[in-house]
Amino acid sequence: MQDEPTPEELIKAVADFLRNDIAPEISGHNAFKLRVSINALDLVTRQLRLEQGSDAAEAARLSRLLGRQGPLGELNRVLAERIAKGEVDLQTPGLSEHLWQTTLAKLAVDQPNYAAYKRELGSNGS
Amino acid sequence: MEALLGRCVASWYPGATGVTGAIRLSGGASQETWSFDIVHPKGNVGAILRRAPQGYGAAPARAAGLNAEAILMQRAHGAGVPSPRVLHVLQPQDQLGTGFIMERVEGETIPRKILRDDKFARARPMLARQLGKVLAAIHGLDLTQLPELRRMTAAKEIAELERDYRSFEWPRPVFELALRWLRDRDPGPSEQVTLVHGDFRHGNLVIGPDGVRAVLDWELAHTGDPMEDLGWICVNSWRFGEIDKPVGGFGSREELFAGYEAAGRRVDADRVKFWEVMGTLRWGVMCCGMMQRFRSGPDHSLERAMIGRRSSETEIDLLRLLAPRA
Repeated sequence: MQDEPTPEELIKAVADFLRNDIAPEISGHNAFKLRVSINALDLVTRQLRLEQGSDAAEAARLSRLLGRQGPLGELNRVLAERIAKGEVDLQTPGLSEHLWQTTLAKLAVDQPNYAAYKRELGSNGS
Repeated sequence: MEALLGRCVASWYPGATGVTGAIRLSGGASQETWSFDIVHPKGNVGAILRRAPQGYGAAPARAAGLNAEAILMQRAHGAGVPSPRVLHVLQPQDQLGTGFIMERVEGETIPRKILRDDKFARARPMLARQLGKVLAAIHGLDLTQLPELRRMTAAKEIAELERDYRSFEWPRPVFELALRWLRDRDPGPSEQVTLVHGDFRHGNLVIGPDGVRAVLDWELAHTGDPMEDLGWICVNSWRFGEIDKPVGGFGSREELFAGYEAAGRRVDADRVKFWEVMGTLRWGVMCCGMMQRFRSGPDHSLERAMIGRRSSETEIDLLRLLAPRA
């Protein structure tokens, strides 16, 4: 078992340092690249916090939907194939809800400020 | 670079004595954009060079090619489409590779500024209608006067997107659903076949306080269903947060359609919706492509890596289009 602070805490500390102390000193194209870098670190922090829970929930939904167990990548490959073949579609109970939950969990990590994501969260009270 | 450009400009611009302030704006290894001023006793003239340097002859398969772009811009300008005047098409003796030099049109291309700055407050409510009119003019260009272009159909576009998506070997159930939806609802070849700009959206439109000033970047021009251009500019990715204004975050479909039809062309709203779904998936696949290039490419750009993480945005947009929640 590794010691603390956790990767999440360390990355957040680096991101905060870059944001608060370095960003005000930088201009031009490098300022843009620094902003992208800080966004990347913030994304990693969110993924470290959320990924375990959302992956487990996704795997559980996929197992119910597909009637089989397996690694998450494999289950997604099977679902993709079944959609491609038309064996499951939006009429299939649970598919739409599964795709929504999975996509919302991705947005929570990738772009929690994306307007369409915020709209969907707001309209469903979740 | 300034020495080469200066010699080139002097050969066709009467009175020009050289160039100054040449800076490279953007572009990858195979295509470059430069901004510079032509020095002239009567006052300097802003200019843009678009070129493929020597040794980079082959354009990507989708690209129309720089010579075709130059002709398209000349034809568009001639037909009254707001478009920079092409000043010179590069010749071998210019030793600048292939490409062309055009006027620099002053204005804004950054979406955040166009959508938020006070400077554009008066322009914003007019833009969707204006762009409808501009698209009608583009789609009205006489195909017999244009260079040889790729002929695209919905079926070909779906096949290309599917091929690109499968090449990533990363299963995405939402993309599969969209591919299936598109294949099931492919409206077939369009009755009207016109010039299609192919990338008519923020970034390629120069906007001033008075409205649209220039249409840029004809790299993806082809012939096909004109409704493709109307669908592409409605893709949520180009609304930059203003999600209730489908046209570029500044206007409504109705305004876009009205401007288009006032110019004497007909809108097929179902086809526009079809191309909006296609465009949303297309941008999603392009985001995944950025991720691939980040991994395998030589430049290891963090920007590309982060664009890869925007493909999930197109997944929520696709779900909002195809499986809206009650």
